[in-house]
Amino acid sequence: MAHIVHSKKALAVSPLKVSQTVGASLAFLGLARALPLMHGSQGCTAFGKVFFVRHFREPIPLQTTAMDQVSSIMGADDNIVEALHTLCDKSAPDVIGLVTTGLSETQGTDILRAVREFRAQCPQFAGVTVVPVNTPDYVGCLESGHALAVEAIINTLVPEGTAGGRRPRQVNVLASAMLTPGDIEAIREWAEAFGLRAVVLPDIGDALDGHLTEAQYSALTLGGTPRAEIAIMGESAATLVIGPSLYAAADTLRARTGVPDYRFDSLMGLDACDAFTQALATISGRPVPERIERHRAQLQDAMVDSHFMLGFAPVALAADPDVLGQLSRFLLGMGAEIVSAVTPAKGPALTHLPLAEVVVGDLEDLEIAARRGGAHLLIANSHAAETARRLNLPLLRAGFPQYDLVGGYARTWVGYRGSRQALFDLANLLLGAHHDIEPYQPSYRTGAADAEAPHAPDATGLVH
Amino acid sequence: MKTSEIQALLDEPACHHNSKEKSGCARPKPGAAAGGCAFDGAQIALLPIADVAHIVHGPIACAGSSWDNRGTRASGPALFRIGMTTDLSETDVIMGRGEKRLFHAIKQAIDSYSPAAVFVYNTCVTALIGDDVEAACRAATAHWGTPVVPVDAAGFYGTKNLGNRLAGEAMFKHVIGTREPDTAPARPDGLPTWDINLIGEYNIAGEFWHVLPLLDALGYRVLCTLSGDARFAEVQTMHRAQATMVVCAKALLNVARKLEEQYGIPYFEGSFYGVEDMNNALRDLSRLIGDADLAARTEALIAREQARADAALAPWRERLRGKRVLLYTGGVKSWSIVSALQDLGMKVVATGTKKSTEEDKARIRELMGDDTRMIDDGSPKALLSVYHEYRADILIAGGRNLYTALKARIPFLDINQEREFAYAGYTGMVELARQMALSIESPVWDAVRRPAPWAQPVSGTLMSV
Repeated sequence: MAHIVHSKKALAVSPLKVSQTVGASLAFLGLARALPLMHGSQGCTAFGKVFFVRHFREPIPLQTTAMDQVSSIMGADDNIVEALHTLCDKSAPDVIGLVTTGLSETQGTDILRAVREFRAQCPQFAGVTVVPVNTPDYVGCLESGHALAVEAIINTLVPEGTAGGRRPRQVNVLASAMLTPGDIEAIREWAEAFGLRAVVLPDIGDALDGHLTEAQYSALTLGGTPRAEIAIMGESAATLVIGPSLYAAADTLRARTGVPDYRFDSLMGLDACDAFTQALATISGRPVPERIERHRAQLQDAMVDSHFMLGFAPVALAADPDVLGQLSRFLLGMGAEIVSAVTPAKGPALTHLPLAEVVVGDLEDLEIAARRGGAHLLIANSHAAETARRLNLPLLRAGFPQYDLVGGYARTWVGYRGSRQALFDLANLLLGAHHDIEPYQPSYRTGAADAEAPHAPDATGLVH
Repeated sequence: MKTSEIQALLDEPACHHNSKEKSGCARPKPGAAAGGCAFDGAQIALLPIADVAHIVHGPIACAGSSWDNRGTRASGPALFRIGMTTDLSETDVIMGRGEKRLFHAIKQAIDSYSPAAVFVYNTCVTALIGDDVEAACRAATAHWGTPVVPVDAAGFYGTKNLGNRLAGEAMFKHVIGTREPDTAPARPDGLPTWDINLIGEYNIAGEFWHVLPLLDALGYRVLCTLSGDARFAEVQTMHRAQATMVVCAKALLNVARKLEEQYGIPYFEGSFYGVEDMNNALRDLSRLIGDADLAARTEALIAREQARADAALAPWRERLRGKRVLLYTGGVKSWSIVSALQDLGMKVVATGTKKSTEEDKARIRELMGDDTRMIDDGSPKALLSVYHEYRADILIAGGRNLYTALKARIPFLDINQEREFAYAGYTGMVELARQMALSIESPVWDAVRRPAPWAQPVSGTLMSV
């Protein structure tokens, strides 16, 4: 049981948190022919866009209701109607995700009423789904905003019914913001190995995996979960929920459809992967394929090989709650010690983590705790590169954003193979930073002869 | 090298293996030999001399797959970390151009790296085609003024152990006694300076730096460590020491013996592993010097260090108490590490005695009692079966057995040369304890022993290697 400690500082230094608005937008970026629309000032969208472009190295469709001085005071509902009208007219999307910002929430906007207004004024656009979500940035973080959007998508697009199991080889996957495009691809293949077809919501594995297409420009998402697929999620044999942030959305989906669900806090490490494999075997009624057995054995081998490096290794970790949970369980399972766990906002499963405490704070909190705890390794987003430099520690980049690492967005963490690669990378980072004993030079030994000789690099030749 | 010279080297009177059935170094058995060749042994023994250019004279196989793979550390120059070989071609071999090539290679090493000296290691091919390495070295020394030392230890001469001796022989013949040590500077604390040698200490993972400060504090000047973190100039002065310690190895015993015979320097064999052995090493050194004040200060230092080590070890003793160890290492370590483990409250249930002498075995019985299993068969299968039979908690062995253990899902501690952690001295004991706890307590063992949830439990963990 982790004790949740709120950082008492007035000033957030080197912030770790990303807004709910951006998180909700991410969810909509995982739907096909979709477009997130931020109800706020232009800047809210511009910053979000740059954030995503740098992380995914992709063009990102993102629009704004462009609230100005007058509409901020006098009411900006007209901006919503106008923006929706313009987008439908210009791009004819399947789905528009209408997400709010701190500005519009503080103003007290009623987006549901604004959408009704739009429907009344523009019946010609009835074919466009609008999903409104309240995501003020003074609450939560990227992950919780993402989760709110997923719940709103389910409420809007999944019809109520009791058709569960009509498609016995179809499973739903609710994918937390902790999953990368590479993760989602791995999960899809995992299910396919059991003859199951996965409807992933939201599917950034299809939309933001970074692939060149014939179309040179698109105002909408290219790839992602099709609207029609979401509509038949109620006919699936089961729902696989990955990440505690989506358990509330999973409750909603189950309540609407009656489809049974399996919930997973994490898909990293042997036990987590075994639980997922077992679930797929149960749902499909098929035996575990040999290929998966082999991947499992490969992970076991990597575990014993790398336990020398990871055992007792003090690690400092900062990430959104789902990522934090997944990585800390994974590291503890290898015998590592978490000397600092920092998260930007409270998440539903944090208290269940087998850690002494989780600090709700920023990267400065991480830095102080990592130094105090004698960490040998940092795991955090790209903003922690400077923290790592000051601490003279290696950094493994995880979470959002990763702007100084090409392909960070595409990395596969989950599954037997993803876990194995993570073990290799963690072990290598620790080996590279191996703390050698300080040479002792007695006073009688003169260093004159040593001065001119060439020096080899510090890294040692290990032959394990 | 002549057969008679090799025979003479095989007869090492100071070596306990020399009597009984294991006289000299046993000839390797075709089809059932493990371990390195004479070249390997010679290179290992000398490579840590840090400011020397080590040139392997031969085709690529000898240097290509062996350079820069030891765990030894040096404090200043790192020339020894740079691999050098004459990389002979087919034409060189056929046309007999090896010597010429070697001569130019030595020049290049001197021009590019200004080494304190050049060591040239002979290999099988160059020994076979009859390159006169010694003459080439002599000519190079005369030409360029840098000492060039031939180390004639081609692989087929014999085992790794013989190679160690050949290396020692080369040092004795060409290096030791070629320079007088500088006058020791007056110590700020006013203590006298005692000059000593350490032979067979390789500074693995820098572990000698756990010991050196203590020697320094007592007033010892280490004239030379053969060969961890050594300099060429230090090897030259070894003949002026007042005492020699042979550290936990028989490899270079011939050097110690010859130093005694020719220069009257007394020596003893000791170890820096474990609190008890550390204490003994310091006492034996002071005994050989024979100074009353030194003896008193040694006791004071032992008392202080032991108290400090006890405090640091207390939490680890708690965690390791009662844990059962299967130890499989060579000769001396088969007992020298036992006391270290017992000191931690652990029980050594079996130990390897393949390379041990009768004397080693007697000490094992003395330390561990009569019911201790001694293992002669070091095959992976035998080790694992003993491991299970004696319900051991960890296997301590050399890196060669590392993956035997891991494949069988059992905790492991690497005790040999390639390891990356420093276990020597009082401080090293804490690291040793920590590393054992790390592997024994690792949660991965449970995880990898549990069958998959969809599988029936499989019996047996023995795997073919």
